[in-house]
Amino acid sequence: MTMKASTRQVNGVTVVDMSGRITLGEGSVILRDTVRDLLGKEQKKILLNLGDVTYIDSSGIGELVSAFTSVRNQGGELKLLNLTKKVHDLLQITKLYTVFDIKDDETAAVGSFK
Amino acid sequence: MKNRVSYTLDSTLDSVNKAESTAAQFAAGAGFNADEQDNIAMAVREAAVNAVLHGNAHDPAKKVFLVCESTGDALVITVTDQGRGLDPDCIPDPLSPENLMKGSGRGIFLIRAFMDEVRFRNTHPGTEITLIKHVGRRPANAKEETT
Repeated sequence: MTMKASTRQVNGVTVVDMSGRITLGEGSVILRDTVRDLLGKEQKKILLNLGDVTYIDSSGIGELVSAFTSVRNQGGELKLLNLTKKVHDLLQITKLYTVFDIKDDETAAVGSFK
Repeated sequence: MKNRVSYTLDSTLDSVNKAESTAAQFAAGAGFNADEQDNIAMAVREAAVNAVLHGNAHDPAKKVFLVCESTGDALVITVTDQGRGLDPDCIPDPLSPENLMKGSGRGIFLIRAFMDEVRFRNTHPGTEITLIKHVGRRPANAKEETT
């Protein structure tokens, strides 16, 4: 299953609904390009909805970290929403779970942006 | 399903997917549960990514060799490249504070996390990595040997 990403605006926050696999190659590139495009449009409040992401490999994890850093370096915020158990476990064992701001309710997540 | 298969693969992302799917099939056939199948497949995927990207550096003249074998009490998978070789002792710890926010360097860490045993062997030129998962063993810290 290839990765797809679509964006929508909710109260000034860009929600990116992602589905499929974030892996080396197409999936990682789509994530990178999506975040880059948003930053280029000064949309710096980004909520990545990973609820339909079935799989992330180490390249995908690295891309999430790079996206987080890029957004933060431009004064924005990037948060994660609706992690599946697999993604949750991966972020736990890589000690990244406490690095990201992770939410499980979209309304609360949108309201948490500064 | 056969107890042993071997493939000679090109240094491409398609080969990474082939290695992953082959490992998943073998893991299912060996009796591992769904989570274990996913973890084994990911470990093999990471090994194949390393072989294609870092070992063979996408060189079309270099191949990746994949062997999957089910021994009855374990699944043994080897991935071999024809690259410059790898010193596993020189791989930075991705959990250390200075590396935690890096965009790469977690592949071998995940392999070690998901497999029971991980062995590296320099094949001059190239690297062979052997991944072993025992049937029926609870998750434990991976043992590692270098030869």
